[in-house]
Amino acid sequence: MARYILKRLLRSLLTLFIIITIVFSLLRLMPIEGYFQNYEKMSQTQIDLGLAELGLDQPLPIQLLNFYTDLLHGDLGVSNKYRRNVEVTQIIAEKIPISMTIGLISLGIALAVGLPLGILMARSTRTRYKIGDKLGTVFVVLIQAIPAAVYYLIIQFFGTSAFHMPLRANMNEPITLLLPILSLSLGNIAYYAMWLRRYMVDESNKDYVKLARAKGVSAGDISRKHVFRNAFVPLVQFIPTSVILTLMGSLYVESLYSIPGMGGLLVTVIQRQDNTVVQALVLFYAAISILGLLVGDILMALLDPRITLGKKEGGR
Amino acid sequence: MDRETILSVHDLDVKFTLRGQTLHAIRGVSLDLYQGESLAIVGESGSGKSVFTKTFMGLTDANGYVDGGSILYNGMDLAKFTTEKEWRAIRGREIAMVMQDPMTSLNPLKTIGDQIEEAVVLHQGLKGEAAKKAVLETLAQVGIDDPERRYKQYPHEFSGGMRQRVVIAIAVACRPKILICDEPTTALDVTIQAQILELIKDLQKKYDLTTVYITHDLGVVANVADRIAVMYAGDIVEIGSCDEVFYDPRHPYTWALLSSLPQLGVKGQPLYSIAGTPPNLFHEVKGDAFAPRNPKALKIDFVERPPYFDVSPTHKARTWLLDPRAPKVEPPEHIKQLREQGVRLRVRH
Repeated sequence: MARYILKRLLRSLLTLFIIITIVFSLLRLMPIEGYFQNYEKMSQTQIDLGLAELGLDQPLPIQLLNFYTDLLHGDLGVSNKYRRNVEVTQIIAEKIPISMTIGLISLGIALAVGLPLGILMARSTRTRYKIGDKLGTVFVVLIQAIPAAVYYLIIQFFGTSAFHMPLRANMNEPITLLLPILSLSLGNIAYYAMWLRRYMVDESNKDYVKLARAKGVSAGDISRKHVFRNAFVPLVQFIPTSVILTLMGSLYVESLYSIPGMGGLLVTVIQRQDNTVVQALVLFYAAISILGLLVGDILMALLDPRITLGKKEGGR
Repeated sequence: MDRETILSVHDLDVKFTLRGQTLHAIRGVSLDLYQGESLAIVGESGSGKSVFTKTFMGLTDANGYVDGGSILYNGMDLAKFTTEKEWRAIRGREIAMVMQDPMTSLNPLKTIGDQIEEAVVLHQGLKGEAAKKAVLETLAQVGIDDPERRYKQYPHEFSGGMRQRVVIAIAVACRPKILICDEPTTALDVTIQAQILELIKDLQKKYDLTTVYITHDLGVVANVADRIAVMYAGDIVEIGSCDEVFYDPRHPYTWALLSSLPQLGVKGQPLYSIAGTPPNLFHEVKGDAFAPRNPKALKIDFVERPPYFDVSPTHKARTWLLDPRAPKVEPPEHIKQLREQGVRLRVRH
């Protein structure tokens, strides 16, 4: 297992390298006008000077090499637009706790609401009119079908106009975080409910459940000890994916509510062509995503005895 | 025979609702099950043999229901049971089941030990170390070597035959009075089948079980059964001792079924198969359900359902051919041969 994890991590480094190289190169392909506020009025000398200051005067491979040399020393450079000459690591360090708090709370809510909803829907499929299942399905389909950006706006509109919630989120007033957290949770709630319902229905039609019934195990115990447990295993895979989705959702939600987190930051620095900060943020998001997938695989192996990591590498 | 009846089914009707239509799956079946016997229920797919036995445990699918008749067991009428609680007093504890496919009938995420222990805890009232000891004993009893190690393993680490042994261990660990084996060997390798049947026989003796085999494999029947019930279209058309049904069959359907035995095939000729298909049970069946497929059917077969006629005190069949007024119709020639040669059906041993 340890060997497997090490191998995966090494391979992840390669993935990260490729992602960063692509993003780094793309950023350098942007028009240089974006780096200066009054480009038209500047002389060629001024422009050259400015570019040299940003380290953009050298050929791309050299720039890349310099970037990686610095990176290996833990140096992500300084911001040159957003907050001039402030260490990128410092900027991100201030933002991470904010984004993480909101992300984790909304994920926790998604699990706490989505899982019971899924169980409820699955159980309801065994009743006569399946009302719970039908209502739940309507909710799931609505959330899945409407683009997130649209219901984010709907939530913001009704939240602020009908319920007089503040438009700007303030980290010191938890109530103001309600709308952004709700926006971020909805997608995951639907996601968990849908998959858990599906897996539970699948599992409860399997032969071992029939055998458990024939054994005389009570319906509640079958549901808890056999069906839920087994349905939860494939669901575990999705948890890291939903972490990633939450992070992506936060890009938009944070700028909607002016939350001073990383999502809003990424949008800002891309607009202002602050290359060093963009690179650092992309690196961070990519690393989290890769880690999430790895954690998902490890969790699966821990929960399902049929899966062994490491052996038969080619099969994966 | 003056054997004690352990379970008595009378005039049982089971129906299913499917897309607004009603399917009459079990059509007024009566059966007495005797203490300690092994009864084999044979019939083709869809004849209702599984559905019939599942009603003894309240395990019919959600859209199925008992629509009349009774199932008397130990002074209770199981046909009247409605709640989960009532059934749980029967399931496992009184009647246990071995299912067809051992590859899927065990929970893949629980250890073998846990799954047997669940039954031990529920029905033998043991806990902790005592329960574990009982599990290990049961594992050894069903012929699994090294139970201490096997106890901690998962189903995927067992072969098909071994898994079926575990399924049997679970059934036995419930300490039931009746064991229903629903095609216990169908999914297994031929070489394993005989071993599994032998195991069930041993356990039957040891725990004084009454066993019901559901099968369409007449080879299995010949090996294990004291009595045979032949089912067709949701009805028992003939029932009698193993020898009676094999060597003196009376119902045309039993003839047809026996004629399909590969052992009776003549080299170079195609194997016998019964023409036509079973009746559609969405419609009410008129007369003898087998009549449309029976080339020698009488006129009355299409009009009125035959009653049971006794052939001997232990043997009866539901066919008008046994009526004293019926014309004499001889069973096919090869069926008689079966009797004369005492065809080696019991070849598996």
